[in-house]
Amino acid sequence: MGKDQSTNGGGLNRRQFLGVGAGAAAGMLLAACGGSSTPPGAGGQASDDLFGSGAEYSGPNVSLAFWNGFTGGDGPFMRKLVDQFNSEHQNIKVSMNVLRWEDFYPKVPTAVQSGNGPDIAIMHIDNLATNAARQVIIPLDPVAQLLDLQEDDFYPQVWQAGIYKGNRYGIPLDTHPLLFYYNNKSLQQGGVDGAPTDKASFEAAVTSMKDKGVEYPFWVPSDWPAHLMWWSLIHQFGGAPYSEDASQAQFNSDAGVQALTWMADQAKQGYSPKNIALDAQAVAFRQQKDAMTWDGIWMMNEWAKVKSLDWGAAPIPNIGGTQAVWASSHNFTVTKQAANDKNKAQAAKVFIKWISDHSIDWAKSGQVPARKSVRESPEFQQLEVQSIAAKELEFVRFPPAVAGIGDLTQPTFQLAVNEAMLGKKDPKAALDAATQKANALLEANRKKYGG
Amino acid sequence: MTTTDVGGRAAPPAAGPGAGVGPQGLAPTTRGVKGGSSLTPYLFLAPYLILFTVFVLAPSVFVIWISLHDWDFLLPGKPFVGLENYLNLFKSGTVTSGPFWSSMEATGKFVLYSVPLLVIIPMALAILLNQRFPGRNFFRAAYFAPYVLGVAVVGILWHFLLDPSVGLVNNYLDKLGIDANIPWTTETPWVWAALVGPTVWWTLGFNTVIYLAGLQDIPRELYEAAKVDGAGRWAQFRNVTLPGLRPVLIFVVTTTILASANVFGQPYLITNGRPGIETRSAIMYIGQEGLRDFRMGNAAAASFILTLALILVSLVTFVAFRERKER
Repeated sequence: MGKDQSTNGGGLNRRQFLGVGAGAAAGMLLAACGGSSTPPGAGGQASDDLFGSGAEYSGPNVSLAFWNGFTGGDGPFMRKLVDQFNSEHQNIKVSMNVLRWEDFYPKVPTAVQSGNGPDIAIMHIDNLATNAARQVIIPLDPVAQLLDLQEDDFYPQVWQAGIYKGNRYGIPLDTHPLLFYYNNKSLQQGGVDGAPTDKASFEAAVTSMKDKGVEYPFWVPSDWPAHLMWWSLIHQFGGAPYSEDASQAQFNSDAGVQALTWMADQAKQGYSPKNIALDAQAVAFRQQKDAMTWDGIWMMNEWAKVKSLDWGAAPIPNIGGTQAVWASSHNFTVTKQAANDKNKAQAAKVFIKWISDHSIDWAKSGQVPARKSVRESPEFQQLEVQSIAAKELEFVRFPPAVAGIGDLTQPTFQLAVNEAMLGKKDPKAALDAATQKANALLEANRKKYGG
Repeated sequence: MTTTDVGGRAAPPAAGPGAGVGPQGLAPTTRGVKGGSSLTPYLFLAPYLILFTVFVLAPSVFVIWISLHDWDFLLPGKPFVGLENYLNLFKSGTVTSGPFWSSMEATGKFVLYSVPLLVIIPMALAILLNQRFPGRNFFRAAYFAPYVLGVAVVGILWHFLLDPSVGLVNNYLDKLGIDANIPWTTETPWVWAALVGPTVWWTLGFNTVIYLAGLQDIPRELYEAAKVDGAGRWAQFRNVTLPGLRPVLIFVVTTTILASANVFGQPYLITNGRPGIETRSAIMYIGQEGLRDFRMGNAAAASFILTLALILVSLVTFVAFRERKER
């Protein structure tokens, strides 16, 4: 957008403001708001004493607002955990508030600003940097230290994604990749033996089901989660949506075009219905009209609710030549609102530890726990679908952790995937436009957040 | 009985002896309030004026201020950019101009398709419901009923009813032997039917009620006089009903245009702005730009342009409906 051009000549702009580093800025903010004894200028570590010492909280009764976007089958699991936490901690009362993610990210900053927001919030890895830069959330390095969370207990990419400008802002809770779900009855009808794993076997399965009367064997949606399928495929074809440092978009690389073309072809060749509107593919899978679908692991409990549905799950097949799959991760964050009150901050630390320790129960909602120790526990091995998803961890591709990157998804490649799937533009043209727009937005973000 | 008889009906007994107030007690006075200060009218207006200032006037002025900045309310730096946000909206090839004008076009199309239907159908319905026939009140209620639903209910309901692959509407069309597989919510021009149809169904009750009130204000004698002059039904409609409805019509047309131009919930929920961004309305764009992507300066500029456009459209409507002077 060329936002800052007119101010580059003089006066203060964001780059200068943020030049000190958001971590240090947030640190000073803590020092100012928390009324703590930390001298100003101690930088990013200024919040050391905010979280107290040890992993326990013994102060006066305190209540914590905990916000998340678990509106699906995952919500009740988290609520149960919160209830259990409350009953085990007499001096901490956590109240949970659930919003749709689409409303969550716009609302949390405003709510925190007004002091009526969450003390603890769950955020995805691609939103951590943005909210850190916007000073919605505070550094959690002391928490990781006090709780003795070690990098080698976590999936490295997830652990690294929580760091912005040298400070940790998120404590990873889980990982949730895309999974390949199939209807056993349709597979049998098509004479398909076992879930396909690569391009040849996947396309053979689709053709053979189509031939044997499954009208639409593989529904490729035009909206969510179509862009996550494309995200997986562009990596499979040997590309990546963003350059290594996430400074350039490369959606329209050969790999990107091949990925989107393959998806659009499914509809063109009649394996998928055309014009699949939002959520229709999930409805169709429940109604047993959709034989194979790629959707988030969190959908597993939705399928399980349909008694007559005989379904299975497998890793996303390798269509492009390199195994890869989209995944994201939920992280605990503490907002600057909690930083105003030492008791809240310390109680938040206890809550994060407790839920993290109980993440095996959270896994049951359709998640892969972030902690290796939990994933390797015998209890986790018994969770069939989650264990399959855990195998995907070897080749997951997360969104980059750069401030403002989450804002790019909808107006750029999600839109391009939609246009191509609905036949409004051909894949190359759609991705060209999206790339151009993404690069302009990245440029604007660099100015806004001081790249 | 000491209670006063008002209009042929007995006043409620609770209005005990001597409490009856005859019509003469309510006779309006044209004189100002005795001893009233010149401030009095403003004091009476004050409660509304304060709310208006705090929630409408002040934010409107603030929007202009925001629109001159690269504004993110959480970032310490809010660089002043002058008219850049506006220029970018008007310059082709910028990140904002394409999506913004596409959203203005979508809004314009929605207004164009929905307003005529929402002006004409309710008028016909009102005339019908103004006749005397058994079950009239039932039908009046039935046509008004959808209006009590919230936009979320209407939006989600029709999103699934009109779903191209798993929706009931296509399913029934299929059963009727029409194997159309109409892409109601994903393909032009069908998306417009999917937006305008439910909107008309949902809101026509409101306009119908306004028209009904207007129809009941037209004196019967005028119709009788017209009949005496030999006017048929069509001539009565043209020469009595329509002129009698003129003030109501201005109100209906203006409010319907403004309501349609502010459409948000239907495209947000029924079509999700699809295909691409073809049904994303201006309000939806402004909301996403300002509240989701935190580019508030640009969103403010866009909303200011939208406001100016709406003021212009309202003025044109008023001029078009202005009472023509006899020459």
